[in-house]
Amino acid sequence: MRTSFRAGAAVVLAAAAMLTAGCSGGAPASSPTASAAANPDQKVELTYWAWAPNLDKVVNIWNKKNPNIHVTVNKQDGGDPAVTKLLTAVKAGSGAPDLIQAEYQKIPTLVAADALADLSKTPANETKSHFPEGVWNSVTLGSDALYSVPQDTGPMVFYYRADVFEKLGLAVPKTWDEYAAAAKAVHAADPKAYLGTFSSNDAGWFTGMAQQAGASWWGIDGDAWSVKVNEEPTQKVAGYWGGLVQDGVIDNKPMYTPEWNTALNTGKQVGWLSAAWGPGVLAGNAGATAGKWKAAPMPQWDAANPATGNWGGSSTAVTAQSKNLDAAAKFATWLNTDAEAVKALVTETGIYPADSAGAESALTEAPKFFSNQPDFYKVVGDAAQNVGSFTYGPNVNVAFNAYNDQFAKAAQSKQKSAFLDAVSNMQQVTVDDLKKTGFTVK
Amino acid sequence: MAMTVTRPGPAAKTAPAGEPRRARNFRSRVLVPYSMLAPGIVLFLVFMAAPIVYTLVLSFQKKKVSGLGLGKGSQSQVFAGLDNYISSLTDPEFTASVLRVLLYGVILIPLMLGFALLFALLLDSRRTRAGNFSRTAIFLPYAVPAVISSLLWGFLYLPGVSPFHFLARQMGLELPSLLDPNLVTFAICNIALWGGVGFNMIVMYTSLKAVPSEIYEAAKLDGCSEIQTALRIKIPIIAPSLVMTALFSMIATLQVFAEPTTLRPLANSLSTSWSPLMLVYRDAFTRNDVFSAAATSIVIAAATFLISFLFLRIVQKRAFGQEN
Repeated sequence: MRTSFRAGAAVVLAAAAMLTAGCSGGAPASSPTASAAANPDQKVELTYWAWAPNLDKVVNIWNKKNPNIHVTVNKQDGGDPAVTKLLTAVKAGSGAPDLIQAEYQKIPTLVAADALADLSKTPANETKSHFPEGVWNSVTLGSDALYSVPQDTGPMVFYYRADVFEKLGLAVPKTWDEYAAAAKAVHAADPKAYLGTFSSNDAGWFTGMAQQAGASWWGIDGDAWSVKVNEEPTQKVAGYWGGLVQDGVIDNKPMYTPEWNTALNTGKQVGWLSAAWGPGVLAGNAGATAGKWKAAPMPQWDAANPATGNWGGSSTAVTAQSKNLDAAAKFATWLNTDAEAVKALVTETGIYPADSAGAESALTEAPKFFSNQPDFYKVVGDAAQNVGSFTYGPNVNVAFNAYNDQFAKAAQSKQKSAFLDAVSNMQQVTVDDLKKTGFTVK
Repeated sequence: MAMTVTRPGPAAKTAPAGEPRRARNFRSRVLVPYSMLAPGIVLFLVFMAAPIVYTLVLSFQKKKVSGLGLGKGSQSQVFAGLDNYISSLTDPEFTASVLRVLLYGVILIPLMLGFALLFALLLDSRRTRAGNFSRTAIFLPYAVPAVISSLLWGFLYLPGVSPFHFLARQMGLELPSLLDPNLVTFAICNIALWGGVGFNMIVMYTSLKAVPSEIYEAAKLDGCSEIQTALRIKIPIIAPSLVMTALFSMIATLQVFAEPTTLRPLANSLSTSWSPLMLVYRDAFTRNDVFSAAATSIVIAAATFLISFLFLRIVQKRAFGQEN
């Protein structure tokens, strides 16, 4: 009994020690004096929460050039945990970093929590011309304020197995009607093969496709939010995919499962509607098929007015707790618009830069996985120019979660009508949540 | 308990004569025991009591936003009264998750305890061969974390990568996918069963080992067969540990989280509110509504306490009757 108590106490103590260690490990180095910004010669220390791989190498270039503004990258697990941590720090009143890597869809949530500083009075506001309009809109939320500097985007394109298309004598689909016909042909030739899958797990993927069709799920009307999920563009996209799933020509299983990886590798998934960062995923999940894929523009609803959506992407924001707004804004501007920095971002972190000119000059050679397609980045670059505007609201997390649950049911049922129900349920859940919290909703 | 108040022993009597009795009394009756208890009390307060109290406080609060909710001061935390409790108790998703978990428990607990008892009795029987090996083999899955075992089983369930489905196809059969909505409860039960049988078996086996062997010898002399010994002697004697394992299993069932959460991204059949704890997790971390999550947690904790209490009340007399 005594020994067991002692052992138990030791375990509890060890756990307590680990907990406190965890806490202190999470707290960033305290920001220095507030007067630092006033005196340009005084050394400023900035902390930066980010999760992009190798970002510290890009930051090192800055640190060498700017001995007075030293930036320390504090590596995060990913977009969601970083935001949760930041919101906690905001609530606590201290502990936030100076800069944070923020995904576009998180910006309204962060602004609503008063976690981000307004950069519109800093040099960062002069970078507007660097970015496509749709991207700029998502960091201003359509207002005069500027909440973040765009870093990378995920313009969507259509990846397909060029060898399979050739064997079946299929042309690359330019419209969604052609895509449906190609899906039928692929499935008819091999009942186990599909041109794609409808994934209930990937809300960002569906958002990108709705965006292409002209949807913008939230909007600001005076001092009220509007939620526009259950409208024509999204209904059109959901109905289209519901029809394909109902006919059985498109798979209904989620992406990013062992099953899906295997299907990519064995040629049972013949295409993938994905974003500019797709080559990395394909190389990792379907390495055996290198050189057999090609990228093409997304199939279109209206071939005369090409459009595309965005899946993923993030920006660099300055937090409301930063005492060095100007220095942080200066760094964020450099990181995302300076030619050398953008080039380094491309080579070190493998992102697709939001900066249009930077993307063009930095991305010349196709990724290794697509070495068979020298004009890879031309296809992606053209797509990036066609990304429409999309406004995110303050409860994207709720809407995305509703997407997961509602479309999982719909995909399972394989009924077109269930896909349309899922859209209206998503609208309902999103509006109810806003109203419950007290937001004015039109 | 390990920490009993120390009784004043001979040392107290030989204390310095000049010291007044009252101070001595204070030291031995209050100072010493409480200073020894202090670490335990502090840990309990910091890591158990404080979080529970804080959860209670949170559960009576809510976030209040005005207008667009953008900019300074547009969001505040206000007293919510019982709002969170009312909305969590009337939430159809919560009711649905409770019903799902009840079904899961009704399938899982009898199977788990039945197998554990069977294995424990087999290991304890006189004719067992390779007992040590079997015991370790049955117990080993308990050492695998639930997330890892769910990933492993997830691979085995997915028809596209599962060796079982592959073999069945080679024989011209098409197995149903265990991740289909009507079978997914069994898929989760199976993972819990695989991981949990070993632990329960060890608990039962240990109490079987504590039974004095004279009883068995007497039974044998009276012409009792192995099966009769098991049914009439062993099971009644280890009834207290059966009650304990049943209680643990019930609590674990109500708290099922890791298995369905890990399997969810693999298929369309599990929602993010499949079990009550998944609902709490979703509210707290996906929807950033820690207040509703706190209220639901309190409801779950209270229900768990109530069920455990009732269960013990009902079975205690029967199981522990002969001890008192």
